[in-house]
Amino acid sequence: MALLILAPLTTAALAVVIPRRGRGLAFVTAVVVGAAVTGLFRELRDHGVRIHQVGGWGAPLGIDLRVDGLALLMLCVTAGIGIAVALYATRYFASNLNLGQNRPQEPKDEATHRDYYFWPIFLFLWTALNALFLSADIFNLYVTLELLGFAAVTLVALAGGPAALSAALRYLTVSLSASLFYLLGVGLVFGQCGTVDLPSLAAQRESGPALWVALGLMTGGLITKAALFPMHFWLPPAHANAPAPVSALLSALVVKGPFYILLRLWFEAFPTLLTPAVTQGFGVLGAGAILWGSIQALRQQRLKLLVAYSTVAQLGYLFLLLPLCSNSGGGGMAWSGALMLLGAHACAKAAMFLAAGNILHVTGHDRIQGLDGFARSLPMSAFAFGLAGLSLVGLPPSGGFAGKWLLLNAALTQGQWWWVAILLIGGLLAAAYVARVLTHAFTHLDGEATVRHALPRIMEWTPLGLALLAVLLGFASDGAARLLEVGAPALAQAAKGRMEP
Amino acid sequence: MSVHGLVLLGILFSSFVTGVAIFFLKEENHRTRTWLNLLGAGLKLILVAALLWGTYRGQTYSLTLEFLPGIDFALGADSNSVLFVTLSTVLWFWTTLYAVGYLEHSPNRSRFFGFFSLCVTATTGIALSANLVTFLTFFELLTVSTYPLVVHRGTKDALGGGRIYLGYTLAGGALLLLAVAWLHSLAGPVAFKARGVIQSLAAGHRVELQVIFVLFMLGLGVKAAILPLHGWLPKAMVAPAPVSALLHAVAVVKAGAFGIVRVVYDVYGVETASELNVLQPLALAAGATIVYGSIRALFQDELKKRLAYSTVSQVSYIVLGVAILSPVASIGGLVHLVHQGLMKITLFFGAGNYAEALGIHKVSEMNGVGRRMPLTTSAFTIGALGMMGTPFLAGAVSKHYLKLGAEESGDTWAVWILTVSGLLNAAYFIPILWRAWFKPPSDPHPAPGSAKRTEPPWALVVPPVVTALMVIWAGLFAEQPFSPLAWVKLVAQREFGH
Amino acid sequence: MTEIDHRVYLAASAIVFVIGFYSLLVQAHVLRRIMALNVMGSGVFLFLIALGSQTPGPVPDPVPRAMVLTGIVVSVCATGLALALADRVQDTTDRCEISEANRHTASSDRKSGIEAEHSEGSAS
Repeated sequence: MALLILAPLTTAALAVVIPRRGRGLAFVTAVVVGAAVTGLFRELRDHGVRIHQVGGWGAPLGIDLRVDGLALLMLCVTAGIGIAVALYATRYFASNLNLGQNRPQEPKDEATHRDYYFWPIFLFLWTALNALFLSADIFNLYVTLELLGFAAVTLVALAGGPAALSAALRYLTVSLSASLFYLLGVGLVFGQCGTVDLPSLAAQRESGPALWVALGLMTGGLITKAALFPMHFWLPPAHANAPAPVSALLSALVVKGPFYILLRLWFEAFPTLLTPAVTQGFGVLGAGAILWGSIQALRQQRLKLLVAYSTVAQLGYLFLLLPLCSNSGGGGMAWSGALMLLGAHACAKAAMFLAAGNILHVTGHDRIQGLDGFARSLPMSAFAFGLAGLSLVGLPPSGGFAGKWLLLNAALTQGQWWWVAILLIGGLLAAAYVARVLTHAFTHLDGEATVRHALPRIMEWTPLGLALLAVLLGFASDGAARLLEVGAPALAQAAKGRMEP
Repeated sequence: MSVHGLVLLGILFSSFVTGVAIFFLKEENHRTRTWLNLLGAGLKLILVAALLWGTYRGQTYSLTLEFLPGIDFALGADSNSVLFVTLSTVLWFWTTLYAVGYLEHSPNRSRFFGFFSLCVTATTGIALSANLVTFLTFFELLTVSTYPLVVHRGTKDALGGGRIYLGYTLAGGALLLLAVAWLHSLAGPVAFKARGVIQSLAAGHRVELQVIFVLFMLGLGVKAAILPLHGWLPKAMVAPAPVSALLHAVAVVKAGAFGIVRVVYDVYGVETASELNVLQPLALAAGATIVYGSIRALFQDELKKRLAYSTVSQVSYIVLGVAILSPVASIGGLVHLVHQGLMKITLFFGAGNYAEALGIHKVSEMNGVGRRMPLTTSAFTIGALGMMGTPFLAGAVSKHYLKLGAEESGDTWAVWILTVSGLLNAAYFIPILWRAWFKPPSDPHPAPGSAKRTEPPWALVVPPVVTALMVIWAGLFAEQPFSPLAWVKLVAQREFGH
Repeated sequence: MTEIDHRVYLAASAIVFVIGFYSLLVQAHVLRRIMALNVMGSGVFLFLIALGSQTPGPVPDPVPRAMVLTGIVVSVCATGLALALADRVQDTTDRCEISEANRHTASSDRKSGIEAEHSEGSAS
């Protein structure tokens, strides 16, 4: 378990010292982390929730690492996306690929610099994510969240250029102030309960105005970091201006970190405070995100901004988990549904950003209006974009469909009609913005397609592989649901009987 | 997983693998692509023949895979599936041959044939689905794989038509998803079964089931082009001729109609459905569509548009047959599923040939084509006569059973509708035939240098001739074993039990 | 430390935090914003220290202190990163006000964003 943190941390440090070997170190990490996650999966299946006491101290004084179904799912998603992005980045950063051909060539050492900086920060980001998912107390979660934010901001800044740098700076400011809100909340919780350990907090069942304030502060900080509508304002510029592999990491993984903490906080530490007003409130924000994000995506002129707004919309679905998981009946369905969506969105969105990166590279721009006929020069990227779109729209058998199906069923079982409508409308809006891009792919052009830059194969195959994974993920949903049951919070187990009659 | 289950998988994969392989072929690899296409189509034909023979002898086929929590991905072959899968496979074979000839020199052929194969995979998947979720999966796959075919030409018109197509079908898909999910939340996983699976719920959830039925009909009705939902069909005519043939005869509208058959017979069951009073409105909608489509067809000068409205009208025959509460009418409706497919595909092949060889797109340009292209025009004529309900051809058989059924159940209005529609069919087809055979070719035909050309290459002539012969076969030998009618009677027996 | 002292500290920490947050919202200059963040951080740390002294007995609770120490380390790193970034932003844009620079990109302005991906500036 500790290996999941130590391996990427060590290689990150090594990569700082010997930047030349960044790629090789990333592969070592990928292998070690992959093996560790597989091992954990076996342990979890056979023995249930696993706890590791760092240094043998144990909570409350020491630091505990803990893995349950939810954490393992997040670790798996992280490993999968991490490996795919690493593969893509081997070629993306290896040459002057992120230059438009109309611009003066970048000096060779600048590009090399970028390559040298990417790998350690990438590995550091991986460390932070793994540490976050393994943490079992809310203060540790703060530290890991902060580390995650640093790594993410630095990666955005890696693109250089005024737009990316200011986006990174704004991202950093927002992220830091949100973290401070969260930390203040942690302090209040500690003052009230005398502990920051998640299991001990769950055992206390405290309530009172101070705790409500604490939860309010923490939630406010977290939804800002998770870019939940209306706190999403920082996301589109940051995600759209970063280099392609970074955008993929940010949209697929980084924003899921705070969401994960939010789940831990509400479902595990304070399930008793999850009143209908709270959950419906989250649902309303989620619905707002779905509608607003999709409509904004429809209005964007640039491909990467469209994809970024689509992330805003898709994050909204995750928050529908709260209203659908807190009532009696269908809680388990909503729980695995939303997390299924999380995994599917990670794959699909990473594929989309990587495909968008290819398009940007080959055509030299990403104005949607100017993309006519790109399917001819970039058939695989167009395909990847389309397949990823299927999952975002929620068409079967994609992981997106499986997730929506479960949420839909939970909503119908509980008679919460309004969410049903939101789920369906959200799917249609997603179809509209995906189709908007694909229409250009099919536009007929006279003459031969001009391929200005040949793309390395790996950059074509990685997004396609991720998109295929997203589409086929639906078939894994049964297994994922069973995995998620390991150590699932009580609310999510409420209706297991109903799920499998 | 038994050998029998593998047959089902083989039927799906014979076109799926072909499709995926074709995507990776280079544009110039004409020969390899053609062989792959025909190999896939031929293999599928053989497997379906094996399935047909096996089912006839009482062998059951089924296959399940793990899918959603609590729901399997299930394939099966009951008599309904076999009917539809046979139809689509046979017609696909000829359409493939036709498409290979038709798209000889156009760009993006690999893309076209890739999606073409996926489209048929989806159609056979729809036929072989054994539960609602599997059905939904293939139904959406069909939408997604036909869109690139509709917009294939990449012109402004094509893209516009494609947008409308996608809008209609995805909205329909969303309603269908809602219906499936809702029914699932009431009844648990819904596997298709003769006479329905929800009888026990009918008493307690009457209103819900009625609403769900309406949602089902709206969702499926988009593809089946029932009255207020038919708008996409004429717009989608911008697609190349083989695609129109596919949309109208084999895949899309048929999938919608087949879905309605499934929901009425194998989810609700005719008895439960009529108890819920939901069949009468459906019959009325179908009746209205029949008349509306025929009238609109009368006023179209563009040949393909006229055929499109004719499809709108004819597909509702199937729906009408299903919605009228009488075994005889269901026989008529179901057999029309096959017969309409045979006739309409012949007509579209013909229309494609006129456009390809002589550049003719409008009815008013068709003077004298019969002499120029005797084989194509003969096939076209047989298809048109069949549509009008001329005796000894396929259309007459379906209409006969539909009328008998409507009389039996006391729906005299439906008899009237069928008669009126028959007259209207004649009214919009006879002028075409008259021009084709009896008017001298006065104007020079639009295509330059077409004065000497007659029939297009054999790959474009053989398919319509074969399907036209099948129209005659289905009409003349309707009472023989292995005719569509004989098989449909088997289906009806299973549903009604006599 | 008496009960009253303790409340004074808590109140003071809240005020410091709010002041920091307020300036973060209204200030446009990057440096001022970074300082505002630090002020917010100090508020939080003050709060944690005050909590630690809440426990009865002569020995204060060590856990909040550990938190504060960690927090300070984090905040120093954050400030460093922010300053480095601000420096780069100033180098490339000749501007030091983030709000405008960002509104510029977030809006439908097409050019700036495209250039960002292609821009010649190197990172960090």
